[in-house]
Amino acid sequence: MSMQCQAQLQRSTITLKGSAQIVTQYFDYAVQSILYQRGVYPSEAFKQKKEYGIMLWVSNDESLNAYLSTVLTQAKAWLESGKLRQMVLVIVDARSSEVLERWTFDIETNREVLSGGKPPEKGESEIKAEIAGILRQICASVSFLPLLDARCSIDILMYTDNIDEVPEDWEDSDARNIKNAEIVSMRAFNTKVHNVKTMVAYKPEDVL
Amino acid sequence: MSGVQPPTPGKAGGSPGGGNKSVKLSFGTKTPGNGKGKEKLDRFIPTRSAMDFDSANFNLSKETRQGGDQRDGQGSPSKEEYHKALAASLSVNDSNRILAFKHKAPAAPEGYENNLKSLYSQNVVPNVAKKQFRQVPTTQERILDAPELMDDYYLNLLDWGSQNLIAIALGRSVYLWNAGSGDVEELCTVPNDGDYISSLRWGSDGNFLAVGTSDAKVQIWDASRRKQVRELCGHTNRVSCLSWNGSILSSGSRDSTIANWDVRKRRDEACVASLRVHEQEVCGLAWSLCGQQLASGGNDNILAIHDASFDLVAKVQAHTAAVKALAWCPYQSNLLATGGGTADRHVRFWNTHTCAMLSQIDTGSQVCALQWNPHERELLSSHGYSKHQLCLWKYPSLVKVAELSGHQGRVLHMATSPDGCSVVTAGADETLRFWRPFGEPPAPKDGESRLLGSAPGGQMVSGAATGFGGLRSIR
Repeated sequence: MSMQCQAQLQRSTITLKGSAQIVTQYFDYAVQSILYQRGVYPSEAFKQKKEYGIMLWVSNDESLNAYLSTVLTQAKAWLESGKLRQMVLVIVDARSSEVLERWTFDIETNREVLSGGKPPEKGESEIKAEIAGILRQICASVSFLPLLDARCSIDILMYTDNIDEVPEDWEDSDARNIKNAEIVSMRAFNTKVHNVKTMVAYKPEDVL
Repeated sequence: MSGVQPPTPGKAGGSPGGGNKSVKLSFGTKTPGNGKGKEKLDRFIPTRSAMDFDSANFNLSKETRQGGDQRDGQGSPSKEEYHKALAASLSVNDSNRILAFKHKAPAAPEGYENNLKSLYSQNVVPNVAKKQFRQVPTTQERILDAPELMDDYYLNLLDWGSQNLIAIALGRSVYLWNAGSGDVEELCTVPNDGDYISSLRWGSDGNFLAVGTSDAKVQIWDASRRKQVRELCGHTNRVSCLSWNGSILSSGSRDSTIANWDVRKRRDEACVASLRVHEQEVCGLAWSLCGQQLASGGNDNILAIHDASFDLVAKVQAHTAAVKALAWCPYQSNLLATGGGTADRHVRFWNTHTCAMLSQIDTGSQVCALQWNPHERELLSSHGYSKHQLCLWKYPSLVKVAELSGHQGRVLHMATSPDGCSVVTAGADETLRFWRPFGEPPAPKDGESRLLGSAPGGQMVSGAATGFGGLRSIR
């Protein structure tokens, strides 16, 4: 199946599975970039990797990688079944459990393709360029996002539709919104099967 | 709309949709016309008799109540089932669930502080001593005798070569002191009784030593073979300062000229340029570290800058006394520090491209020599009357961070070891003192300390604590 996905990426029509793969991979790199840029984990825990034609920072830490791969595998499964609506990365102050930043990835699934229709065509390089643009925007976001001064922990929330059977390791959570948040939305990328919008909501800094 | 539940007028404060929406009945007693009409009319409700106030009231309050129900989810299980089935048939995605993975992500290590803090935080209170300032030992590490060291402000009698040899001129002779082994050797002596050595400077390889004498000669000695290899004549008075730029040797003299020699060339072609910019003795001379500019200071209080083709770039008269101390900044190629004599006592900083003075320090005492700290942004200055001290200044804040005392006479000459850790000073009290003001260098890369072999500069291997003990024995 994954072979098929890989082969898909060479051609310009992207199937549901292939699109899910692209979106999940984007999440992976986006989350790791955010963790590096915002300084949630020490920069020594990251190494550089070239992807999408730009240099990205990816995590070296095993436990973090294990966590991300588990979460994202589930996300991919939900994407393939069209149930994932939104993925949220929440950055929380470790001591006060206050939500400092909330990165949301809105997913719109093409209903036609979900129900078995033929996906429209879109070049893979075009999608990669769109993703690279968003990742660059994430890197640039440090210029306006307030400094995360405290030790932070993260959580990843999945907004799903109509899931009747929740896998064992997952539990319900509240939305963990930020009150009076400032919201900045970044670009979106579209695989013609999934349209992913990226946004960040942050707690505005107290005026000195 | 289910009519199962009996009407209750407005759920008190339950719905977030706003306050109770029940209608207030107001009797328009103030309407114009007859106030005592049979039918009570008002602008808001034209025909009261046609209104069914009870059901209207119920419906309005029910709206808010039902909204509250949906959000609270407090309905009965059967109601929920009904809602679900309804939603499913209407394809309304009502049951969004927010799920989070139970096993949480690993936390950042304890005590980890976001390293962006230093970049992005606004220092409302400036970070005082963010880096603990190192302890600078304020006394000398070692003292050596230097008998017959001439007490003349204008001469330059001390230099530390890159082969870890200290050359010091005592009276008529030049002695080489091996900082690694502690051995002393006499290199040369001027033959005539009335003459003396007036300046010396090691070449960049640490093997060739340029020696200027009071009989206007510039000699070049090969230290490893103890032989003189060149003698350059041209000056008409003593040669007080020397500076190397690759194979070009510049010499400044009391005859107020600066001669530039290409030491590779034949005798009659050796002098490539003679600069006449000063009006009195040239006592300070220094090529910039990249070899692009030559700074010279004279007893006429003038600081002159020449470029590599010996054209005059600037002639500055800012000091009010002789400019002997000159030091180029190791990390900023066009930054020059100059020090003035007794009447001036200032250290001034110059941008030698624009020839603008950047800042100045009033040191309170005659400035004899300047040395930049190769590891940090600091400047070391040596002084005369009355404290005879060495001052360490932070740059560019110009705060004095340390004062090193020990000399009993003015600290005439100063040189830094090749590894940048030690400083040797020669004073009018006829002593050589070794100091360690610059702190530890950054971790050495491979192959850096090759020249020094096993003993880094400044480390005395010989047990003798005093004396150029060897020197005394030679005499």
